[in-house]
Amino acid sequence: MNEELNKKNAKLVRNLLFVVIGMFGFGFALVPLYDVLCDITGLNGKVAGVATKEQPYLVDQNREVTVEFLTSLNESTPMVFRAETKKIKIHPGEYVTVNFYAENKTDHNLVAQAIPSISPGLAAEYFKKTECFCFTQQTFKPREGKTMPVRFAINPELPEQYKTITLAYTFFDNTETSLKK
Amino acid sequence: MQAAHAHEHGHDDHAHHPSGIMRWVQTTNHKDIGTLYLIFSLTMFFIGGILAFGIRAELFQPGLQFWRPEVFNQLTTMHGLIMVFGAIMPAFVGFANWQIPMMIGAPDMAFARMNNWSFWLLPPAALLLVSSFFVPGGAPAAGWTIYAPLSTQMGPGMDLGIFALHIMGASSIMGSINIVTTILNMRAPGMTLMKMPLFVWTWLITAFLLIAVMPVFAGAVTMLLTDRFFETSFFDAAGGGDPVLYQHIFWFFGHPEVYIMILPTFGVASTIIPVFARKPLFGYSSMVYATASIAFLSFIVWAHHMFTVGMPIAGELYFMYATMLIAIPTGVKVFNWTATMWKGSMTFETPMLFSIAFVVLFTMGGFTGLMMSIAPSDFQYHDTYFIVAHFHYVLVPSSVFILMAAGYFWLPKWTGHMYNEKIGQLHFWMSVISVNILFFPQHFLGLAGMPRRIPDYAVQFADWNMVSSIGGFIFGVSQLLFLYIVIDTIRGGTGEKVSDEVWEDAHKHGLEWTLPSPAPYHTFTTPPDVIPTEHQ
Repeated sequence: MNEELNKKNAKLVRNLLFVVIGMFGFGFALVPLYDVLCDITGLNGKVAGVATKEQPYLVDQNREVTVEFLTSLNESTPMVFRAETKKIKIHPGEYVTVNFYAENKTDHNLVAQAIPSISPGLAAEYFKKTECFCFTQQTFKPREGKTMPVRFAINPELPEQYKTITLAYTFFDNTETSLKK
Repeated sequence: MQAAHAHEHGHDDHAHHPSGIMRWVQTTNHKDIGTLYLIFSLTMFFIGGILAFGIRAELFQPGLQFWRPEVFNQLTTMHGLIMVFGAIMPAFVGFANWQIPMMIGAPDMAFARMNNWSFWLLPPAALLLVSSFFVPGGAPAAGWTIYAPLSTQMGPGMDLGIFALHIMGASSIMGSINIVTTILNMRAPGMTLMKMPLFVWTWLITAFLLIAVMPVFAGAVTMLLTDRFFETSFFDAAGGGDPVLYQHIFWFFGHPEVYIMILPTFGVASTIIPVFARKPLFGYSSMVYATASIAFLSFIVWAHHMFTVGMPIAGELYFMYATMLIAIPTGVKVFNWTATMWKGSMTFETPMLFSIAFVVLFTMGGFTGLMMSIAPSDFQYHDTYFIVAHFHYVLVPSSVFILMAAGYFWLPKWTGHMYNEKIGQLHFWMSVISVNILFFPQHFLGLAGMPRRIPDYAVQFADWNMVSSIGGFIFGVSQLLFLYIVIDTIRGGTGEKVSDEVWEDAHKHGLEWTLPSPAPYHTFTTPPDVIPTEHQ
């Protein structure tokens, strides 16, 4: 193989390697990109992880929205977890508080994180929580049971087509992770 | 380099290489490495086939017969991983190694030593992957897509699988860089880009796809690893991650990956059909543009694999229409193959039979793909046997059939021996009939609602499952004929001495047919003078 060809080949390989490295980076860049996109579009029913300030809305007495509450446990998280209210009908703009009950079934301290999800996803941005146990990790003493409130309102700007909104919580056992930190 | 060395001495049909096993370990010859790739992929094809046998045996009847459900899931997962990364992809790289230098008049691949390394990464990776069956918790069982959170929660078998995928990915990237460099820089004088055989064109585009998406996949499985061991939460909802993110990253790789398996298939079909139709390929340049368009579109349609994750309507519509767009360049290709055969003086040797079966059956697989691109209907098809039927139609009677066709087509050139046409045709007819008995009923099962990846099913699905399994057993056994033919041809075949062009007038269709049969160890150490220009 002659010198010139070797040079040409080496240059091409260098460029191709840049593409490889660039695309490896692009794979990781998809992570923040995805979060930004979900934030903008409200995809996947992702909701704000922090409390919104309680601001008074003009209550829309003319229509009612059904809000359903679902609870589940990830893998074999050793807890009892249920919504004390399964379903309520509210007027958009009115603030209500519902209670959830969670209990540690083990004999040691348990650190757990509840992750909310709202369905349909596009309704998520109208769902305003001023108080929720999901904003921080919850620590349970052995066998401790807690009643935890969630206070929320639905922004009256919610489009007409949404008649039912489902709020689902999943509790994840984070004990091991939080012990390491 | 070896090629240059041989050239100095002016005896290019003469091989100096170590003998015995070291010849294969140390070889930098593109033909040797091509052979290694093909032996490797054929071996993996049979291993993957044995796993498929396990799956179909379990599904022969409702109820649990042979496997616990978690073992069944390992079988489906490993069948997919082995067939995709161990059988189909390396097989096409094998053909690329053998054929590309001979087709463009180059003495060897651009980086002969790296070529050796790309191959020899594969056997350890395969060992790692297969050995995961023997660790506690067994092999990866999350499906070939290894979706989080299943894959972040599994046992150590998943780690072996992830490392194996890393190594195979590195091998693919190196192989692709080699192929791109060879094609762009090493063509014989006069071999312009638009004179290259379509197999070379499709591989050039495939190699670019691999270079672009393999690193993304490497990133995705690296995130799985750090989620598993280093407390990151890319896909772990408890830490603020999102499992759906994995699906997006995976399919950003996964959809181009599907085309990585089908584009070289198109290339081989476009090479074989003109030879046996005794006509130039119809619409050569439209074939090139169609291939490039398909490759481009493959980057912007990935979410049609995940219509059911809860995308907003605008997203569903975009991915639906973008996906349907792919049918246009694909339709151009099917039209061109048909037009190539139109009024041709066709003969039906085994490679042509497999190629015609490919055109017909690939079109069927393409149509079911179009059905599933319709987002509202896809909610019914999603994760049922309908999708299983669809992608098996575009992989087995398409990619695998064309790999078989390529074997029959080029083996006489490589070995100098003719294969046994009678057994070849028997292999074809057994395969084409049984593959339809195997996969066609799966459309019905899927439409009736049978989910994929389940070891047991409702009794209403029993009949078609039994039919499908019977087809599967026949198909599996038929492939032993192929193994026999390959070995028999290498050992002398029918004893008939093949001519240099092997197939009538093949010299008009490609440079490789101007070489002696069997192809000498070193070829084109001086560039050829005549470039066949049969295609317009």
